[in-house]
Amino acid sequence: MNGKRPVFLWSVLIFGIAFLYVPMLLLVIYSFNSSRIVPIWGGFSTKWYGELFDSPEIWEAVSLSLKIATVNACFATILGTLAGLALVRFGRFKGRTLFSGMISAPLVMPEVITGLSLLLLFITMQEFIGWPDQRGFTTITIAHITFSMAYVAVIIQSRLSGMAQDLEEAAQDLGAKPFRVLTDITLPLLAPGMLAGWLLSFTLSLDDLIIASFVTGPGAVTLPILIYSRVKLGLRPDINALATIIILVVAIGVIVAGYIMLRQQKQREREQSMTANES
Amino acid sequence: MSQPVNYNDRPWLDPEAEPFIKVQSVSKHFGDFTAVDSVDLEIYKGELFSLLGGSGCGKTTLLRMLAGFETPSSGSIVIDGVNMNNVPPYERPVNMMFQSYALFPHMTVENNVAYGLKRDGVARSEIDRRVADMLSMVELTQFAKRKPHQLSGGQRQRVALARALVKQPKVLLLDEPLGALDKRLRDQTQYELMNIQERLGVTFVVVTHDQEEAMTLSTRIAVMDAGRFMQIGTPTEIYEFPNSRLVAEFIGNANMFEGRVTENGPDHVAIEGKNPKCDFYIDHGMSIAEGTKVWIALRPEKIRISKEKPANGGINSVRGMVHDIGYLGGTSTYRVQVGDGHLVEITSTNQSRPKDVNPPIDWDEEVFLHWEPSSSVVLTK
Repeated sequence: MNGKRPVFLWSVLIFGIAFLYVPMLLLVIYSFNSSRIVPIWGGFSTKWYGELFDSPEIWEAVSLSLKIATVNACFATILGTLAGLALVRFGRFKGRTLFSGMISAPLVMPEVITGLSLLLLFITMQEFIGWPDQRGFTTITIAHITFSMAYVAVIIQSRLSGMAQDLEEAAQDLGAKPFRVLTDITLPLLAPGMLAGWLLSFTLSLDDLIIASFVTGPGAVTLPILIYSRVKLGLRPDINALATIIILVVAIGVIVAGYIMLRQQKQREREQSMTANES
Repeated sequence: MSQPVNYNDRPWLDPEAEPFIKVQSVSKHFGDFTAVDSVDLEIYKGELFSLLGGSGCGKTTLLRMLAGFETPSSGSIVIDGVNMNNVPPYERPVNMMFQSYALFPHMTVENNVAYGLKRDGVARSEIDRRVADMLSMVELTQFAKRKPHQLSGGQRQRVALARALVKQPKVLLLDEPLGALDKRLRDQTQYELMNIQERLGVTFVVVTHDQEEAMTLSTRIAVMDAGRFMQIGTPTEIYEFPNSRLVAEFIGNANMFEGRVTENGPDHVAIEGKNPKCDFYIDHGMSIAEGTKVWIALRPEKIRISKEKPANGGINSVRGMVHDIGYLGGTSTYRVQVGDGHLVEITSTNQSRPKDVNPPIDWDEEVFLHWEPSSSVVLTK
């Protein structure tokens, strides 16, 4: 019996990992394929990486996507935090239920509908007020902010309601006016939530294909749009190379984050045992 | 605690004294629920005043109204001659120590204590000096650079106290100040709190549900129930002369006997007990009509237990059977069955060792209980 359980557990583990990572591994392997036809192995080569670095189109798409993601993440974090604060800390105000429902609507709305309705909005606006005069960076960013801020608002809301209000009351009691309370107490304590919201918004924006393809215009090609349009014309090895680079960047990010978290946890444990020894 | 008799220590007895905090017919409603129901209260400078009551009695709401976190639905609160109704919490001359301590987790102990002074724009050197003084008073100097989560419960409590006192408030509000500490630490901290209060002369208003804590700490106690004050008085007054069954049962233990007034003389009252059937004789006059139904409260330590029949002919005494004995070391608690199944609790000090008492009182033994004419408290509500 003792021998059986590890075998079962091991096979589950291996199967699970394989399920998740074999597709990616294949992609990485084929990115080093010298043959132009993707599924046929023609020997090891890094020529697709060279081609990738020579293609200005791809770098334009990468930089556009990063710009949109950064601007989006910043605005979504600010607006989402304000929305979360209003929902949790302002008590009952007129239209609160409606507001809280509307804040979370973009989370469940099919992206096709969000994209289509935003496109209609931009067209109507252009007709009546002449802005935005063309679709591209601005429209995609606005579209991304509308749904990213909903995620931020939800994160901030849950963090705030878990945070005892007496800290804010204590600050007021000690003479801090409401705005000081916000900057001295509430925001510093919300910082981890805001960082999480920022990262999530950044990722969501970088990831988004559907909404962006609705509201984009001529000349504004984000990375997902570029990849999708190229793959539509047939599998291409240079896209495999691009995907491999993206996987590498993400993997490094995850490893660094994991390492930092591990270190923080160890530090906390050390501090706790230190306190326990003294008291 | 000894009770000094001059007006300096007991300002509420001085008709000339001006109360420091005046709560005037204050009510607080939350929707349909009335948390505080038209209460009046006067607290004098330098008092350590306790609001005592069970959960949901309105004591915390009243404290939060003093701090300014809640506004009264009606009535007014005056502190040091200024009406506080429209004064926000950050402009009130009061500070509060929260039940959870509410220490800022992202600031060091030092910065927690300094926070209030910084908001007041006190000079840097002055802040450093006052924070250092405060930390040495609560004996936390070596923990100044620690964060709150690196402290033990007792240390956190002292940081919270230092932070609330460093601004030298006119009134310090304490919400269950010892609630989160274990028993041993609580006893010790209780006396520290009293010493600090005495030294600084700040008026303390304490909310607590722990009657022992209220009794040791306070100059006066207000017993609250359902948003109203049941009784306001010194610990001795409230313990020895409760004005209602509720107060008598809430503060300490009390044996309750139902009875009817049979004789009301100028210097004595006689009451016939219903269960057990026995006669109570009280050695002072009262304004109670003959025939009124009353309750008699007898504290467990005011009843004496013996195996011999007392000599006074059955007045203020009753016969019973020992039902339970609890030996607590310093004292013993007897539960004696009298009359028709009524259990009476008696506490007696174990002055001699059990072996020396000859013969000792045992289970299921017949005993006699008796008490002094001044011991019983007659209650009409």
